[in-house]
Amino acid sequence: MRAGALLLAALLAGLVTACGMTKGGGPDMGVILAEAPAEKLSDYGLFTDTAAAAPAAGVVPYDLVNPLFSDHAAKHRLVFVPGGEMAAYTDNDVFAFPVGTVLVKTFAFAPDMRTPDEGAYRVETRLLIHKAAGWAAYPYIWNEDGTEAVYSPVGGKRTIETITPAGAPLTINYAVPNQNQCKTCHQAGDALSPIGPKARNLNHKGQLEDWVAKGVLDRLPSSAPAAPAVYDVSLPVEARARAWLDINCAHCHKPDGSASNSGLVLSATETDPVKIGIGKHPVAAGRGAGSLFQVIVPGAPDRSILAFRMASVEPGVAMPELGRSVPDPEGLALVRDWIAEMEPR
Amino acid sequence: MNLARVACAIPFALILAACTPNTTSAPASDPASPAPLSAEGDFGATLQGALINAKPGDTIVMPEGTFALADSLSLDVDGVTLRGAGQGVTVLDFAQQSGAGEGLLVTSDDVTLTDFTVRDTKGDGIKSKGADRITYKHLTVEWSGEPDETNGAYGVYPVESTDVLVENVTVRGASDAGIYVGQSSNIIVRNSVVEFNVAGIEIENSAGADVYGNIARNNTGGILVFDLPDLPVSGGNGTRIYANQIFANNTRNFAPAGNIVAGVPSGTGVIIMANRNVHVFDNAFENNRSAHVLITAYSLPFTDAAYNPLPRDVVIRNNTYSGGGEDPQGILTPLAEALGGTLPPIVWDGVSTWPGATEAQTVNLTIAEAPEVGFLNFGIPSYQLDPATLAPSPDRPASTPPAEPAAIVLAHVKE
Repeated sequence: MRAGALLLAALLAGLVTACGMTKGGGPDMGVILAEAPAEKLSDYGLFTDTAAAAPAAGVVPYDLVNPLFSDHAAKHRLVFVPGGEMAAYTDNDVFAFPVGTVLVKTFAFAPDMRTPDEGAYRVETRLLIHKAAGWAAYPYIWNEDGTEAVYSPVGGKRTIETITPAGAPLTINYAVPNQNQCKTCHQAGDALSPIGPKARNLNHKGQLEDWVAKGVLDRLPSSAPAAPAVYDVSLPVEARARAWLDINCAHCHKPDGSASNSGLVLSATETDPVKIGIGKHPVAAGRGAGSLFQVIVPGAPDRSILAFRMASVEPGVAMPELGRSVPDPEGLALVRDWIAEMEPR
Repeated sequence: MNLARVACAIPFALILAACTPNTTSAPASDPASPAPLSAEGDFGATLQGALINAKPGDTIVMPEGTFALADSLSLDVDGVTLRGAGQGVTVLDFAQQSGAGEGLLVTSDDVTLTDFTVRDTKGDGIKSKGADRITYKHLTVEWSGEPDETNGAYGVYPVESTDVLVENVTVRGASDAGIYVGQSSNIIVRNSVVEFNVAGIEIENSAGADVYGNIARNNTGGILVFDLPDLPVSGGNGTRIYANQIFANNTRNFAPAGNIVAGVPSGTGVIIMANRNVHVFDNAFENNRSAHVLITAYSLPFTDAAYNPLPRDVVIRNNTYSGGGEDPQGILTPLAEALGGTLPPIVWDGVSTWPGATEAQTVNLTIAEAPEVGFLNFGIPSYQLDPATLAPSPDRPASTPPAEPAAIVLAHVKE
């Protein structure tokens, strides 16, 4: 009897140790695969030191050729693939990540985004976890001290005062999306899917080779696709503008995305001019159309709904409708340049 | 002995149980009518939290009151009922909304929305996308004040869905359509009131719709059945519009330019555009100043090779007509001027081909009304419109009436 109680106590103590291994123990598969999200970001064991955001062993930092614009936030991405497993390479789709994969994206600001590392502070971290039943998305909001982030399914708001990379002072009413809004962008048919980790978005600076070397990715063909870097001015404007639209819009504006009913498809691989918006009339845009008649009027950015909505900050008009509260001035200029150089019809 | 090793060796399920935050709550006494959400504090966060945490089969009850919401709401759990204390009693007020456009977005199946009001959203009122077997009932969606270009586009907006029921719903002030069903199939819109919208009710790019028992008044256009090109779902067909009261739809067109409904002439009762097998019967039309029924082709250029811009297999029968046609608006003004300035109850553009069509197509328009009910065929050969080529005629076209579609039966509604 007494021995049994002792054994039970020992087991429970062991469990606590097993579950609380946030320092040095590495990612906790029990927490990662649990049906419900953990209350605290540190519970996952993705960091050796949560406050310093130092990734645990096996948690690999990465970045994208072109990031989605999110109110000038700096983004820090990590991928964790369970030990002994790897993501399967595909040319055009998101890599096939095994169950247990965690994609981590932390959004940070600094007082001056020209020097984003000076005085940087984290606002939110979004987790995409490949559970047994499919991908799940969970928002975590950082405390003021930057020591812990707490699961926040309804999202939140935070006022950010910063200076943009172009040197302009800016006040941002930053919105952390709620859990359903995560799904709006990550929808693929009836399921959720990551957006960024495709070959074309990861293929720069030897990153895919690094993923293979670290055992994150199973293989790499000799010629993997690569997205044009949006702000590499040595590249054609069209390719760069289409790349901007691909990463900022195509997660909804794709045939199985949240904006499928619009018939506007902004994936870089789309070739039908009308689907891209050229000469396309609005369908359900309402005042979002801005009293303009076509999504893209070749040669006329001022008459193109696409540029009008990219420039707006009004709810119901602004596009993308989630994830930004200020326009992306460089992206807007690029897309306007692309429309302007089109042959008028 | 290493205790952590012991712990890790015990069954996985136990670890899960130990590590998962405890989310089990006490069983509700009656899952169908749980206690209302608390009206205290940030109601928007309370409600959105309840919508995220709901389990299939749950009913979420909203209390009485007017709640100012700063953000749009969304529901992505199947089988949930969202219920208020009544239209105008539970009011979700989005006048101070920031962020995404619509008031409430539903993306799950088997959802019922009932007994509340949505007011002054920046974009659409309530949208459901890919939400099969949805029910909207006893709801009000409205924009305050005079009809205005800056109002949201659609009041009630199911899209890409199968089995849609909209009943006893009131929509006012939408700058596009009050009740809009798009790219969907198997639809009933009934016993609802739409007023002071640009379009009262619009069935677009959809297959199989019964629209009956509604009051469409004081809109720009009462009830529209459209099919548009270059969309994932087109080929709209099989709509019955019957036993509706469609009167005084004479509000100025306040749709933002560029939208398709911005071309709707103020004062139209029913418009059928580029849709197939549409039956309009037993309705009461009164005082629609342009025309009670307008049948037209889609008039803009398009590239969609699968698209047919003509109305086909249309039946207009056994309706009553009173007043109207005395002051045609919009595109109808110059057309009517050439004919004395007024229009009869039923007007057809007469278009039977389009640029790119191989040959003239059969529209097969059946006008089965009493002989004294006026009809006009503008005799437009094809768009773009050239007034010099008009060949107007009061003669009803010869036709072979198509069989009327069977009554819509919804998978989720027991009659």
